[in-house]
Parts: sequence; C-alpha cells; structure tokens
Amino acid sequence: MIELHEATKRVGRVTHIKPTTLRLEAGHFNVLLGATGSGKTSLIKLMAGLDPLASGRIVMDGQDVSRIPTRKRNISLVHQFFVNYPHLSVFENIASPLRVAGMAASEVQGRVEEAADLLQLRPMLNRRPDELSGGQQQRTALARAIAKESRAVFLDEPLANLDYKLREELREQLPDLFAGRGAVVVYATSEPEEALMLGGATALMADGRVTQFGPTSEIYRQPDNLDAARVFSDPPINTATVTKTGGEAALGQGARWALTGAAAALPDGHYTLALRPHRVTPARETDADVALTGQVIVTELSGSDSSAHFRMGDGAWVSLSPGVHPYRVGTEHTFYMNPAHCRYFGADGKRVA
Amino acid sequence: MARITLEKLRHSYFPAPSGPDDYALKGLDVTWRDGGAYALLGPSGCGKSTLLNIISGLLTPSEGRILFDETDVTTLPPDRRNIAQVFQFPVIYDTMTVRQNLAFPLKNRGVDEATIARRVGAIAEMLEVTDMLDTRAAGLSPDNKQKISMGRGLVRDDVNVVMFDEPLTVIDPHLKWKLRSKLKELHQRVKATMIYVTHDQTEALTFADEVVVMQDGEVVQIGTPVELFERPQHIFVGHFIGSPGMNVLPCEARGDRALFQGHDVALEGAVTGAGGTTMLGIRPEYVSIGSTGIPAQVVKVADVGRHYVIDAMVGDTRIKVVAEENAPDKGAAVHLAFRPEQTRVYRDGWIATEPRTTGAQV
Amino acid sequence: MRTENQRAWLFVLPVLALVAFNALMPMMTVVNYSVQETFGDNRFFWQGLDWFEQILRSDRFHAALGRQFLFTAIILLIEVPLGIAVALSMPRKGIWVPVCLVLMALPMLIPWNVVGSMWNIFTLPKVGMLGYFMNDVLGIRYDMTQDPLAAWITVVVMDVWHWTSLVVLLCYAGLVSIPDAYYQAAKIDGASAWSVFRYIQLPKMKTVLTIAVLLRFMDSFNIYTEPFVLTGGGPGNSTTLLSIDLVKIALGQFDLGPAAAMSLIYFAITLLVSWVFYVVMTKDDQG
Repeated sequence: MIELHEATKRVGRVTHIKPTTLRLEAGHFNVLLGATGSGKTSLIKLMAGLDPLASGRIVMDGQDVSRIPTRKRNISLVHQFFVNYPHLSVFENIASPLRVAGMAASEVQGRVEEAADLLQLRPMLNRRPDELSGGQQQRTALARAIAKESRAVFLDEPLANLDYKLREELREQLPDLFAGRGAVVVYATSEPEEALMLGGATALMADGRVTQFGPTSEIYRQPDNLDAARVFSDPPINTATVTKTGGEAALGQGARWALTGAAAALPDGHYTLALRPHRVTPARETDADVALTGQVIVTELSGSDSSAHFRMGDGAWVSLSPGVHPYRVGTEHTFYMNPAHCRYFGADGKRVA
Repeated sequence: MARITLEKLRHSYFPAPSGPDDYALKGLDVTWRDGGAYALLGPSGCGKSTLLNIISGLLTPSEGRILFDETDVTTLPPDRRNIAQVFQFPVIYDTMTVRQNLAFPLKNRGVDEATIARRVGAIAEMLEVTDMLDTRAAGLSPDNKQKISMGRGLVRDDVNVVMFDEPLTVIDPHLKWKLRSKLKELHQRVKATMIYVTHDQTEALTFADEVVVMQDGEVVQIGTPVELFERPQHIFVGHFIGSPGMNVLPCEARGDRALFQGHDVALEGAVTGAGGTTMLGIRPEYVSIGSTGIPAQVVKVADVGRHYVIDAMVGDTRIKVVAEENAPDKGAAVHLAFRPEQTRVYRDGWIATEPRTTGAQV
Repeated sequence: MRTENQRAWLFVLPVLALVAFNALMPMMTVVNYSVQETFGDNRFFWQGLDWFEQILRSDRFHAALGRQFLFTAIILLIEVPLGIAVALSMPRKGIWVPVCLVLMALPMLIPWNVVGSMWNIFTLPKVGMLGYFMNDVLGIRYDMTQDPLAAWITVVVMDVWHWTSLVVLLCYAGLVSIPDAYYQAAKIDGASAWSVFRYIQLPKMKTVLTIAVLLRFMDSFNIYTEPFVLTGGGPGNSTTLLSIDLVKIALGQFDLGPAAAMSLIYFAITLLVSWVFYVVMTKDDQG
C-alpha cells in the first residue's frame, strides 16, 4: 500500500503537485487518468522518489519513505519509451535488478524464465533489444519489473508507443500479469478507454490535483464534478445548460422533460447537464426518451462503433452507438436521450443530481 | 489531382530476393479514383510505409509501375511528382510565421502575391488558424503545428495526391478526434486524392472511403469501412478491425452449417471449397447471452463503461461477448447464441461462406 | 531526500577547491597587483586606478587591441562560413562519415606550440616547403619574417587550418540531428537548395553555431602560443596581439602592475563581447 499525506511537489516557484492525499492498495490496478500535463508523471516521480517532496509524507507498507532514496525503495518503473540496456541480452536485461540485489544464479534463472514465460519472451532470451520489435522491447521492460518482485510498480503510459492492436492485447493481459504478486501497481494513462479496460481504481487528475478517486466504474458512472466527467470521456462528454422550472427541465427552446429523483428536488434555475455520448442513441429506445434534432457535422467509425457529431442550436453534441450507421453529413437527424442517464452540475461544477 | 494506379507492384529491400519472404511488398494491383480518400491500415512491418514511400517517390519499386492518371511516375523523384505529404512528426519552418509557412510552397513556385494571400487565407480559415497567422510557428502546440504541416500540403491546388503518414502520433488523445474530423472535413472541401497511412483503425475507418488492410506485405482486403467491419474477407481483418476483434474459433464445416465444440452452428450461407483448416468467425457484438444455445462458463467480466466485455469458455475455447446490459457474474454458467447472418466459416484464413441473400447486410 | 541532496555538495567540493586554487586565487592576485606598485622585493605601494588609466590611454595598448579585433574578425569571417560549407558538404551516412570525422579532428589534436613550430618551418623561405614553393618555384616574394602582410596571412591561415574543424564538427552535429522528414517536406514544398539552407539547416544549426562562434571568439581573442611560436609578434610589432603584448610587459619588462591592470581590462572586454553576443543570439528563442 502506498499512502500520500498532503504530498506536494514544487519546482522553483511552480507547484507541480498540489497537496495530495491518496491511498493506493495492492491487488488491483491504480490508474492515474488525465490529459498531458495534468501531473500524472510528476506524481509517479514523487512516489518513486525521483523527485523530492516539497511537503507532506509518503508511506509505503507502513514505512515512511519520504526521505528514502529511490534505490532503497524497492520499486520498478516502466516508461513510455522503451528503456532497456542495449548491450545486454533480453535475459540479462530481465535479470539486471536481481543481479544488483546479489541473488543466487540459480534463483535468477528461475525468476527470469518465469517472467519471460508470462510475457512470451522465451524464444528471444538470447537476443539484444535492438533485434526486437517495439512490443517485444516493452514486454522486456515489463518482464524486468515483474521479475524484480518489487513493492510498487509504476507504469507510465507504457503502451503509448505501441501499435493499436498490440496495445489492446497487452492492456488485457496486464492486470493478469500483476495479479497475486502483492505489488502496488500504478498506471498512468491519458486514455479513458484504457482506464476502463484496466479496471481497479482510478484517480482522475487535472492541473496537478487528484479531482476524484475511487473504483473505476463508480467514478465513470458517478462523477463528482464536471471536470471529472470531462476527463473520463472519449469522445467528449455532452454538456449543455438546462433550465429547471418546477418539475420540468428545458434545453434551450426545444426539448423538455420531467425531472425525477434528486433532480426534481433542486431549486429552480440553470444547471449544466452532462450525458455520455453512448446515451445519445440514433433510435428511440424507451418511451421516456427525449428527441434531439440537429445537423450532423462529422461521423466517425471506430471499428465496432459509430459516432456522430451534431450541432443543435449553438451546442455541439456527440452520439456513440454500436455497429455501423449510415449518417449523412450535413443532413438533419434526430437522436434520442433517456433523461434517466443525465447528470446535473451546479454553477461551481459540483454534481447536484 | 489525379487517379492513381498501382500495377503489379512488388518491392524487396534485398538486391536478389529468393522467395516471397524477401519481399516487403508482395504484389499489389489497385486503382484509386481521383478525389477519393483512402487509408492503408496494418500493424508495424506490414509494408504500408514501404508502399507510401513508393507512391511518394522516396523508393523505387523492384517491380511494377505507378501511374498518376496516364503518366508513369515510377522512376520520378518526389519533387517531380507534385505531391504533398504530412509526416508523423510536424514539420514546420521554425523561423517563419504561420502565414509564411503556409505561403512557402506557393512562393517557391512563383505564384503571384494576390493568389498566395487568397489561398493562405482560405486554408487558414479551413484549419481555424486565422488568429495565429502572424505568430511564429515554432511556439505552437503540437496539434497546431501538425495543422500547419497539413495546410502547406493543401494550400496548393495542383497536387496529384496528399499523403498522411500516421499524422496524429504526437497529438494528445483528447485532441485526436478534433483533428480526425478536421481532416475528413478538409477532404470534403478540397476534393484532393488523399492517402492516409495508419495502424489505428479509428483513424482509418473515419477518414477513408475505402481502406486497404495490409499484413506481411500483402493486401488482405480492400473495402469500405462498413464492408471491413460487417464482412471481413480474412480472419486478420476481423481480428484487426473492431475492439475486441472477431472471435476466431476452430470448427468443422458441414454443408451450410458448422460444428463447433460438438455444437451445431447456423451460418450465413453455404460453405465453399474443401480441405485446409476451417475456422468459425463471429464478432463479439453478434454473440448474445441467453437461456438457450451453446453452454459456456463466464471466466471474466470487464466493465468498460458503456458496455461489458465478457470472456466465456466453451470447452477449451475462449469466446468474447459484448453485452450492453445485464452482465452475468464471473463463474456463471450461461448459454451463447450466434447471430447466423454474421457467422461465417474461414478456410485457411480466407472467407469460405456465401451469404444467402445477395450482398452483405449493411 | 533532503539529506541526500545536502550530501551531493561533498562531491562538488574537490572541483570547487580546484577552481578556487587555479582560477579564483590567481585572479585575486592579479587584482591585487593591478592597484599597487612593486619593485620585486615584495614591497608594495598603493597606486589606486593609475595603472588602468595609464593602459587605457596608451597608444601601444590601442594598437594591440586593434590588431586583436582585426585578427578575430578576420578568422571568424573565414572560419564560420567555411566551417558551415564544409559541414554541409560532408556525407551524412555511409562509410565515409568516420573517415571525414577523423580527418576533421586531426588538426585539433595537435598541441598548440607544435602547430606554431610546424607552420614556422613550413613557411620559412629556403627551408620550408611552402616558403620554397612560393619564392623559388612561383617566384612570389613571401617571407613572413620580413613582410608584415605575409606574417598576417600566415597567422590567419594557420588559425584557419587549426580551428575550422571545430566549427565543422559542431555544425555537422547540428546538421545530422535534422530528421529526414524536413528535407522531404522541403522537396515537396518545392524549396530551392538555398531555401533549405536558409529555413531548415541554418535555424537548426543556430544553437551549435552560437556555441561555435563563442568558442572561436574567446579562443582567438586570447590566442597566444601559436602566433608567438610562429612570428614572436613580428616583424616589428605587426603581429603583436594583445596576449603577446601582455606577456612582453609582464615578463619582458617586469611591469607587474600595468600588466595586471591590462589583463583585467582584457578579461573585461572578452567577457563583455561574449555576453553581448550570447544575449543577442538567444534573445528571440523565447518567442
């Protein structure tokens, strides 16, 4: 377990990490999700001890490591760029941290082979990194992290430089690879899809702060604030201003619907509605559905799903649905949303319903 | 603008290739119509970059010809082919302003000032960079730099083809869709022939009217995005397009049905050919969980937000299922049903069923 | 963490001590001498800024400074364009790359006094190859021990031979770091060879070129060994550059006070010019 207590990081006068308190457990993936520059790498470097804390404490498995140098923290780090020793074979690359630790040769052999089997590197153990493909190089780096059996493993966008399909395969294998090893796994990514696939817990990051932390699917479904909802959505989440009058919500001049539950109890006024793209469907699904008619601007096909970006009034909307839909760009199309899936946020960005 | 014809194109990086394995490009015959949007899609090492370099003229093919309209350009260097190319990393002229960057290709060709001003203005407006025209290009963000790189290709109205070599590599994920859609919009407005090389299915399928899927130097399927998704001609296409990819399951072919793990499975139509290794191909979206069908055990349930990806075992074979709602628990015993019109047999990798009705369901 | 950071200072200490010993302490001695008069018996008299005033008003100093600026200007004007040109014409790939690099590095590996002696012997009339060739084969009068112009030309050519390689190697490093895509894009944009140089190669070389010019300025402005060995500052005072003059005053005449004042002025000029140049060259990088 890694605990951060009011940890901060400063470079000169610039604060890179604002006071952060976080508890990352072993046994599942801990994903740091945020855009480039949101502080994911900074936070990882803090936990790894590569950068000094400006204030606060870091505790690993009950031990305060705030002032303990990186090499004594027993951690592993896998980077976005493939970092291997170019002059060593794959075997020696995986074995290097074990050799440094002074492990017996026979035990090194066993550990390396186990890690190599997990990552399907057995046939390449005698090759040099430059004779490997990008995916194999990154698997070597991952195998090194696994063989080391460290207390914490930090994976900083490890799949970003791999081919799309390879990324998909490794993403699926990763949680299994680290399962049952007792290490705290921290995984930084800028792709919402990746966080969802990896499961576990997710910390949403923006502007050097953790804006929300909890089980991944819960955060996805119940964002605390508008920022969290925005970070965790690709394509971007739909947002629009709605006006509540009595038990009814209205979207501009057009769509209106009856509010239920917590939303119905809100005081009258303006709120921001957020609705995930896949909740905007090209066909009516329930009787409660509200029609949204707009002009289709762009359509996209991402393998199994189609998305349509459309303009309604002065708002831009996105619909994402499975399968292939023959939208015609430039034409009017009616989409539907089920008000039950709408989330409402106040003027301060906090979720109110 | 031009129609592009690739004729019996083969290329090997070895001076004396001895077998098909020595070829990075194993024979290609294709015609791309004037003004079309095409994508070359495949994993690294599939030959798509080789093909791109051959079209742009950086590489001369070992065999075959390239025609722009009726002109054979096979041996012409890049600067005489009148093409534009956008590279993986943005290429901008650091010391120039955005305006000077965009005007550069026209200035070099001696275009008069009035025309330059008009073209640059129009392109800047299309790319939504009008407000930064007079800033130094060196200080821009990567996505804006890449827009300027595109702009320099599009500002000329005489190019035969505009080529894109994985142009979104350095773009932040949440900005990618914006540039993707911008590109598509640009194609619709300028009507130039465009070729887009990528390993990313979303980029390829979004951009292109027709996608060329490549594997190991060979074209495995050329088709519209819908065709590639709905009726993959090869198991590689089924696997590579769609996430998760198509389930490929060992089976025995029996007339117009298949036998999978001892269960009888209905197919889209009659099986053709004989011999070889037969596999059953069905996309996870077309497998449903119900109370009747093939018995299976759920081994993994992944909640990916807008749907669930479920791994189920039938005997020793793993099947992926995409379910919108009501996912079963891990360990649950379930029954799987395959949608017949989306269930096909592949023989030695290639499609071996014929649909009952003419044309695939699109 | 903080303790570890503090410990790092320990590793810097030896270097600090070394710098203090061979730079700061002599420097302080020079400052000390520059404001005092001594007759060599370790007795000192306060002089204030008299020496500085004397140096700054002296025609001899003005002449030497003028020669120094002229020399530096000439060699920069030759070496920088020549270095860029050579770097541009060097192969960027293939087996000739290491050969060219070694050839380029050779002159720089030769000790400075050897360079001086080499060129001295090489150019002497009757004795040296060049001297013999010019005088006896081509019939052009060439004697750098007699003719100031010949002496100047020889000093300049020697410096160009010795140091152009530095500019070449730095520029070459800048050139090879330019990705191929830039050249391909320029071709596609229809850029001429001049445009490629002006808009791609020169901007990408700017940083290394700044360093090259700075190094060449400082080195040539402080040059001593080679011209001293070659011409000894002659004929007459024609090649007496600042540093040679300085040594003449300090060791030849044993005027330690004026020599110290002169070195400080010399140092200030070098520093000022380098600083102005650096600021000007890097100012628009923040844009």
